[in-house]
Amino acid sequence: MKAKASNFVSVDFPSRSANEGFARTVAACFAAQLDPTLDEVNDIKTAVSEAVTNAIVHAYPDTIGKVSMKLRIYEDNGMEIVIRDWGVGIEDVEQAREPMFSTGGEERAGMGFTIMESFMDKLRVRSAPGKGTTVTMRRRISRRAGVK
Amino acid sequence: MAVSCTCDRRSLTAVLSGELDHHGAKQIMEELDRRVEQELPRQLTVDMGAVTFMDSSGIAVLLRAHRRMAQLEGSMSVINVPKQAQRVFRAAGLHRIIKFL
Repeated sequence: MKAKASNFVSVDFPSRSANEGFARTVAACFAAQLDPTLDEVNDIKTAVSEAVTNAIVHAYPDTIGKVSMKLRIYEDNGMEIVIRDWGVGIEDVEQAREPMFSTGGEERAGMGFTIMESFMDKLRVRSAPGKGTTVTMRRRISRRAGVK
Repeated sequence: MAVSCTCDRRSLTAVLSGELDHHGAKQIMEELDRRVEQELPRQLTVDMGAVTFMDSSGIAVLLRAHRRMAQLEGSMSVINVPKQAQRVFRAAGLHRIIKFL
């Protein structure tokens, strides 16, 4: 059974690279409500940075479009992160998720999805060419001893 | 994000600082390219001790520098990697390609 969401936040921003730092900082601040360790906060920041960078680089290659980030925390100490764009979409999601696959040229390593996968508990990617992409990630934050 | 380089007897040290993401990576790549072309070093040391955050953009930066140093038949090593960046490199298996000290 899915745990109940106890809090949420939603932010929209244009696909400008300056917003990569903004988005991961917002996610880190929101995650702080779950009293995460520094490693857990860093994992969330890294995964958000990868997902938002994908939207900025790949979804809107020649234009500035809208990126939306929704964050939810659940009563089971889980955090859900949804990053959505309305850009070009991904033709073959399985191929895009493979390590080292990139259409981003020399500036990209093709490791974004690999890192999201290894830093989060769950990763789901839904995409339709011409319509956009939604990346949903989930991460359970450990409850620390002595904390209610 | 900033990079400052010092060169001594064809040994180039690049000190990176701040947040290394896609937003700042291009500028770092360009500066590293420029200094490597200028000095044609035998050894490149990338010092990451002052990097406060890094995502996979850092992998692309290091791979590019590594490729260029291989073309020059030189060597490259990376030092003082913060824990968060180490986790990113490990997830990507970069230790199989690049020498971390």
